[in-house]
Amino acid sequence: MSNRYIYVSRRQVIRGLLATAAFGATSKLWTGCSSSPTDTASTSGTSGASPDADKPITIGFIYNAPKDDYGWNQAHAVGASAIASIPGIKIIEQESVPETKEVQEVMRNMIDQDGATVVIPTSFGYFDPHVLEVAKAYPDVQFLHCGTLWKEGLSKNIGSFFALVDEGQYLAGRVAAQASKAGKIGFVGAKPINPVLRNINSFMLGARSVKPDIKMQVIFTGDWSLPVKEADATNSLADQGFDVIAVHVDSPKVVIETAEKRGVLSSGFHSDQSALAPKGYLTGTMYNWGTIYKKYAELLKAGKTLMDGGVPHQFIGGIAEDYIGLATFGPAVTEPIKKNVEAAKAKLVDGSAVVYKGAIKDNAGAVQIPAGTTYKVTAPELTKMDWLAEGVSGKTS
Amino acid sequence: MALSRFNWRSRAESVVIPLAALMVALVLFGIFCMFGGKNPFAVYAAIFKTAFGSWNAFQGTLLRAAPLMLTALCTALPARLGLMVIGNEGALVLGGLGAAAVGLILSYGSITPNPAQLQTTLGLAPTVVQIGMALGGIIAGGIWIAIVGALRHYRAVNETISSLLMNYIAIALLNHLVEGSWKDPASLNKPSTFPIPELYRLGNIGSTRIHYGLIYGLVACAIAYFLIQHTTFGFAARTAGGNVKAARIAGLPVGQLTIIICFLAGSSAGLAGMVEVAAVQGQANASIVAGYGYAGILVAFIARYNALAAAIVAILLGGIINSGGALQRSFGMPDATVLVFQGLVFLVVLYSESLYGRFKIFKEPEIPLAPPPATSSAVPV
Repeated sequence: MSNRYIYVSRRQVIRGLLATAAFGATSKLWTGCSSSPTDTASTSGTSGASPDADKPITIGFIYNAPKDDYGWNQAHAVGASAIASIPGIKIIEQESVPETKEVQEVMRNMIDQDGATVVIPTSFGYFDPHVLEVAKAYPDVQFLHCGTLWKEGLSKNIGSFFALVDEGQYLAGRVAAQASKAGKIGFVGAKPINPVLRNINSFMLGARSVKPDIKMQVIFTGDWSLPVKEADATNSLADQGFDVIAVHVDSPKVVIETAEKRGVLSSGFHSDQSALAPKGYLTGTMYNWGTIYKKYAELLKAGKTLMDGGVPHQFIGGIAEDYIGLATFGPAVTEPIKKNVEAAKAKLVDGSAVVYKGAIKDNAGAVQIPAGTTYKVTAPELTKMDWLAEGVSGKTS
Repeated sequence: MALSRFNWRSRAESVVIPLAALMVALVLFGIFCMFGGKNPFAVYAAIFKTAFGSWNAFQGTLLRAAPLMLTALCTALPARLGLMVIGNEGALVLGGLGAAAVGLILSYGSITPNPAQLQTTLGLAPTVVQIGMALGGIIAGGIWIAIVGALRHYRAVNETISSLLMNYIAIALLNHLVEGSWKDPASLNKPSTFPIPELYRLGNIGSTRIHYGLIYGLVACAIAYFLIQHTTFGFAARTAGGNVKAARIAGLPVGQLTIIICFLAGSSAGLAGMVEVAAVQGQANASIVAGYGYAGILVAFIARYNALAAAIVAILLGGIINSGGALQRSFGMPDATVLVFQGLVFLVVLYSESLYGRFKIFKEPEIPLAPPPATSSAVPV
């Protein structure tokens, strides 16, 4: 008789499987992780901006996906860990936070429960309306958002920081062009929106600066994280004989690993993926968020704030500021290529060369940047770029 | 006589069993915590404190519960009809799109207003625009799931599969519209529709940080409960859910019932989408796809498809989600800990379903039959 309590009907089993699958699908909703166990009791309920001598400044980092994603979030987590050991700075982290009311709650909890006086929400979509709303409610807490969205007239306690990747991609493009034997580069991108198009175009401009007849094929998967489509795109590019594959999605992991399996070269993005593809990884643009976070940490430790103007409301830079760099070179990058890239990098850093130097045509033949015009990476015109450069096959819509 | 008596034993059963299941899940989770080297009682205390410990904390719980109440109905209502619909996420997305479209048309006269139109609104009262957005969400979400019901009834397409697949279509449609014809050109990095003017958005209840979505959720759950339990329509739906052949023989319009219930189910999730657009995001974009639909399926399962119970379960789940982040930050447990807890709750509650009717204590005592009339002589003629 005892087995009638463990009897499970077929309907029950199906329902359980279905529910478990649904549960797995929702795992994005359940939040949270931390690398630093912290004692909340001593700091709860305070939100003052000025640091005491004995009380560390608590900085809360918020990520929109796991912080070991080999992508955008990992780049930030590496940056955060660079300031974790600075005396007087304490970091708390929470990962996989969606861009809904959830992130507002997480910010509030970090402030109210963990005593954070500085919050760094690292995803673009956290800004409007979430950061704007919470910043109003906590005028003494500083919100440093990763993006270029700060503008005059917002709450005094909001700041932006961002790194422009065009120069890194230009250099990565030069590496890719020299490593490619077929003269055909593949690119797996998320969506045909401005940051991705800039990324593709600067890569192509770099590639064409060493091999003017090189071709590129772009495949847009349609969203920031679609691992199956990313693998499909990589495989189909490999099938068609593209021997270098570059990528701009949330996490380049799938593309890099798939390329490695197929024995083609790959160029990464966001963070260093060299461990994923010990044979085929070339290099890739890597964010050095630690550079910016260290600057913030020093200013904050000196008692400066966004509100009193001691901390600038905007940090934007590129390779000259060391906000970006190139990831570890893989074995396919030979000495001459390395030398070539180092020389090009030095020119970009000292300003004697720029990525966007007219005339630049789009892939339909129209001149987009006229001859004689050069744009620095901070030029506002570049944020309107909605075309693909000459030699790139693909559509922007 | 026996039918009209209040059946407190079976009511008690449906409260005690889920509660006991929750306790078992807590104990299992405590054991799990012990293996991780944490004091389980400290963990319980932290969960309770961050989810229900203060009004401030409880607001966070209610805020997270609000969309789950509405999306749970999308599974709970058709389940009473014997249909397993899991298209909650898609209906939510459609509702969000519908609400954004109506909101923009009522605000500016166009879904994609030109710069001149953006300068001034049409000047409608906020209530009118908000009701319009709610109707937009309700109708769009409702039609979406009504399609599932119609496919089921007229073409015998499995409703679970079709509604699941339609989620992907809905998300693709959202991306297509916000990246294409409905796109606000100013939303470069995060393609979105034009924003609904601040004036027309749903605000917060009083001085709390809870938006009106919670009221919508509670009201919708109450209406759904009343509809299913206390109306002839609900009785007909439950009859068809119990035995569709018998329902047909009894002359119930099964097709109509299916489509209406599916419409109501979709409209609940659609309303959740409207709340996401009108109260949270201010515009439709990919951020409204946050998993609320799928979480709603869990709520409906745990609530055993009872709409009132869904409201309570949503608050419970909201509390668990709420405590998740703080738990991680305070205890430094690995990322998956909170998943483990939710998985345990879920599996134990599902298993507990097989226990209904197995405990004597919850059985109504047999009502002794009246003794047969003894002799005819006893009856005066």
